[in-house]
Amino acid sequence: MLQIADTTFHSRLFTGTGKFSSSAIMEDALLASGSELVTVALKRVDMKNHDTDDILTHLNHPHIRLLPNTSGVRNAREAVFAAQLAREALETNWIKLEIHPDPKYLMPDPLETLKATEELARMGFIVLPYIHADPVLCKRLEDAGTAAVMPLGSPIGSNKGLKTIDFLEIIIDQSRVPVIIDAGIGSPSDAAKAMEIGADAVLVNTAIAVSGKPAQMAAAFKLAVEAGRMAYEARLGMKVSHAVASSPLTSFLDE
Amino acid sequence: MSNFTDVFKAYNWNETRLSIYNKTGDDVLKALSASKRTLEDFKALVSPAAAPYLEQMAQLSQQLTRKRFGNVIQMYVPLYLSNECNNICTYCGFSYDNDMRRRTLSPIEIMQEVAVIKQMGYDHVLLVTGEANQTVHVGYFRKVLGLLRPHFSHISMEVQPLGTEDYAELIGHGLNTVLVYQETYHEDDYRKHHPKGKKSNFRYRLETPDRLGMAGIHKMGLGVLIGLEDWRTDSFFTALHLDYLEKRYWQSRYSLSFPRLRPFSGGLEPKVEMNDRELVQLICAYRIFNEEAELSVSTRESPEFRNNIIRLGVTTMSAGSKTNPGGYSVEPASLEQFEISDERSPEEIAGVIRAQGYEPVWKDWDNCLTN
Repeated sequence: MLQIADTTFHSRLFTGTGKFSSSAIMEDALLASGSELVTVALKRVDMKNHDTDDILTHLNHPHIRLLPNTSGVRNAREAVFAAQLAREALETNWIKLEIHPDPKYLMPDPLETLKATEELARMGFIVLPYIHADPVLCKRLEDAGTAAVMPLGSPIGSNKGLKTIDFLEIIIDQSRVPVIIDAGIGSPSDAAKAMEIGADAVLVNTAIAVSGKPAQMAAAFKLAVEAGRMAYEARLGMKVSHAVASSPLTSFLDE
Repeated sequence: MSNFTDVFKAYNWNETRLSIYNKTGDDVLKALSASKRTLEDFKALVSPAAAPYLEQMAQLSQQLTRKRFGNVIQMYVPLYLSNECNNICTYCGFSYDNDMRRRTLSPIEIMQEVAVIKQMGYDHVLLVTGEANQTVHVGYFRKVLGLLRPHFSHISMEVQPLGTEDYAELIGHGLNTVLVYQETYHEDDYRKHHPKGKKSNFRYRLETPDRLGMAGIHKMGLGVLIGLEDWRTDSFFTALHLDYLEKRYWQSRYSLSFPRLRPFSGGLEPKVEMNDRELVQLICAYRIFNEEAELSVSTRESPEFRNNIIRLGVTTMSAGSKTNPGGYSVEPASLEQFEISDERSPEEIAGVIRAQGYEPVWKDWDNCLTN
């Protein structure tokens, strides 16, 4: 089972709450996904009245843990402030750190993210930073006390799949904390692939929220993530890219 | 330091117009199939040659919008603070030469208006004024932001252009977004429509988004008033401006509006008419050109038109708007800036949005994020 900080998860599919056409449709989809960790943007929820907030009331299930995210902040200072408010209002010390100063492509800022992770970890937060697929940054974040790393598969919302796969494989190979592939996973086959290469979990939002049938798509992702994980644990056979020569180079030794 | 004027100077209105009108169906198809669209592609998409491809444009616009923004429509409402104005603008109800009673809301009156707006469910407010620096100045705005900040998670402003330092100060007091429409990029025509007042300075207005970018504004809104000049050419210059700003002020977000001239008391007839089909073409062209810009439509447009464009690429709508200071509660009968066309309540509009499979979003920002 997957463990992050002191919490274990049965499901390796993490989800988000944005872009759905209604909160009821969101709730159905999240339940169908089996997801136990759901990220929610602080900018979308009413932290002052969280018990009546439309999104939060639809997430009120015992198996769902909330993962507030800082989407919208542009630097470490703003992120730390937002995390503190989230902790107070939503009573969780888990925070998905998203610092993207660039609102067009929403590319994460590595320097500010590292700075904020150091500070938040020191303050007792369980920090899950959204980052580029940068193996060295992942190691630096480990040293800073991050609870997991969340490298992107491709630009957020792009549905382009695992464009960064070579770097993701290095990150997975080196990491001492869980690796959650976040952003860009456009279809269940992308999620399965991510799990096959050894990711600990994936986070999927857009591909579920904007599909024709969100609940059905969520169920498809659930199966794909499970299948990919099973395949990883069963150890995939090595791919052979060329046929074995009928006259091997070393056959002369047997003559 | 260089600014948009340097970019703008390299273009000539008539040549630009001609090149738009010379675009062919082939150019449109190329633009539609490109993976990344250029300004030349935008010209093709707003050209008359694109008219037969409107349905394809609409399909693409819908897909791109859904991918980026999901199935949601952001809701905002204007709060008119003042109709005092020292400018003469030929198309505006608040024009200096329009004989009317002028008023600027006091703090107590503002809070009366806020109570009604909050009742309607709004969390994002757009503050609007004319240009009257003797009463409606940076000090006044600072005070208003202080009053409103506890009640709204997002505050936008559509007021006279200010200096970089003034913007920076107001951002520090909770200002998130500034809308500043060029009205028209046709310099001579701009002078005709703005014969008196500070607004007559074309360049100062043109460089306002640069000042906003330098001040570190979170979001800025661009647009032209459709009806003053050839809308295809004016929209090209808007796209050019957006393209320049996005690359230079890469930390800001951008929104676009496309207001069509509305009747008002004592008003001017539009020089150029834009029909609904053409407005749809423009909305789709903006979306296909820029997948990230917010596209906003106000109550200027008719109920039927608004019902149908929800799915076509817009991201932001107002409802239940009043365009006169005090319009919600203090003095509902005072003179409006323009007549609104869609008078349905926010609740009704929310119902229409839901019926189309979209979620109306009232809150999409939080003060805590920019503390």
